[in-house]
Amino acid sequence: MNKKDFAKGAYHGIPIALGYLSVSFGFGIKAVQSGLSALAATLISAFNLTSAGQAAGVEIIAAGGTLIEMILVQLTINIRYSLMAITLSQRLDSGFTLPHRLLASYGITDEIFAVCASQRKPLTPAYMYGMILTAFLGWVTGTALGAVAGELLPLSVSSAMGIVLYGMFLALIIPPAKKDRRILLVVLIAAGLSLLFKYLLTAVSSGFAMMISAIAAAAIGAAIAPLKKEGRQ
Amino acid sequence: MSIAIYITVMAGVTYLIRAVPFTFFNKKIKSPFIKSFLFYIPYAVLSAMTIPAIFYSTGNIITAAIGTAAAVVLAYFDMPLIVVALAAACAAFAAGLFF
Repeated sequence: MNKKDFAKGAYHGIPIALGYLSVSFGFGIKAVQSGLSALAATLISAFNLTSAGQAAGVEIIAAGGTLIEMILVQLTINIRYSLMAITLSQRLDSGFTLPHRLLASYGITDEIFAVCASQRKPLTPAYMYGMILTAFLGWVTGTALGAVAGELLPLSVSSAMGIVLYGMFLALIIPPAKKDRRILLVVLIAAGLSLLFKYLLTAVSSGFAMMISAIAAAAIGAAIAPLKKEGRQ
Repeated sequence: MSIAIYITVMAGVTYLIRAVPFTFFNKKIKSPFIKSFLFYIPYAVLSAMTIPAIFYSTGNIITAAIGTAAAVVLAYFDMPLIVVALAAACAAFAAGLFF
């Protein structure tokens, strides 16, 4: 295990963990309000590490839904992770053996994917573990705190925390978009489509809207500005 | 139905969605279109997740816009992720004292 890579991953995971802390705090409150115990809420966060899927899962549990419903809902909401997993599979270091792949796949979330995919160097298991562990701690701690002591945090702090993840996203988008016009183009198309769904095509759920916007923007980018050769040039 | 069964099924499905492609997709993709697509997809995902959601992230459009502005400026000058992320929250918090 490469300690330097692990530390770097953990460091890159700090903004993710802080963002997760605030989001999962809300999940913890919601889960308890839906009739789940604090332990069940915390276990759900520990085993799933995903926001939209968990929120939908808790609703199904609260409503006494069927397992088929649970499976279909999770598949629909989380299928984007398969696309992210394939993207990351192209960027792995040769040290990423089968056991490492089985373990690290647990931690493929929107945010971890985004940070990993924007790294220039091939991904090592240690780097991903550092990031996943940090993010995991934020996600699980936030859930437990929200479930046990949801009302204690002042609203002014918890609402300001809501922007942390998005601030990190901007820090991932803007520097490459500034240097590479093709990335800027893709970013603008994706944002435009996302706005279209938010304000005009409101029937589409937010998870699907995000996926469709992203896939369409990346496909348009690939069609009109394909990469020239091997690598990123 | 026992809550343990719900949690197990939910976790199992979520894990397999991630693990199957990540573990068994070993081929290097050759198609220039797909390679370009996979190169662009992270930026497209981030952009679609951020816009317009960032403006609703604090529950107050004005504080969110001020936090966003702080993040854009710092990101433009290549500040580290954590600096940009926390500055956005601090700016939104400070703005919340006035708006």
